[in-house]
Amino acid sequence: MKLGKVIGNVVSTISVEAYKSRKILVVQPIDPTGKASGKSVLAIDAVQAGVGDIVLTLEEGNSARQIINEPGAGTVKHVVAGIVDSVNLK
Amino acid sequence: MKLGRVIGRVVCTKKVDSFEGLKLLLVQPVDENRNPQGDALVAVDTIQSGPGELVYYETSKEAGRVLETTMNPADAAIMGIVDELFIDKSL
Repeated sequence: MKLGKVIGNVVSTISVEAYKSRKILVVQPIDPTGKASGKSVLAIDAVQAGVGDIVLTLEEGNSARQIINEPGAGTVKHVVAGIVDSVNLK
Repeated sequence: MKLGRVIGRVVCTKKVDSFEGLKLLLVQPVDENRNPQGDALVAVDTIQSGPGELVYYETSKEAGRVLETTMNPADAAIMGIVDELFIDKSL
């Protein structure tokens, strides 16, 4: 999973089955100090994350399907799986 | 999953059988500010995305499952059309 910051969202009424009635977030990956690092990705929200939240983004199909287990979920790979409260660097 | 803009269509008469009947669109990946980012790719479309439309696509095995019934060998497929894209520039 990757640390990221939710920088926006996508509204989409026409999509394949598993993406219908799902919130799609735009996530900017960040390094442990919070600085943007890498390209933004889209992910399905599974934890009611909002813009500005620091989140955990999961990028693997089988894991995604443990979270989103419904018809057509075979097409899901990116999921926001957690909202981060704090990152403690040792 | 990435944002992309549909910039064209690809027609192949000679192709593997399991591609039969599938629409192949040319997609230019774009970043959250809609600027082109990376090389164009060919993605299967099952939701009638049109030229110029902003879409989002997924790659690898997940793309092969856009048809409920049969797997297809595609490694990129359009998953939906973007109606609105909201980006908070202050973040």
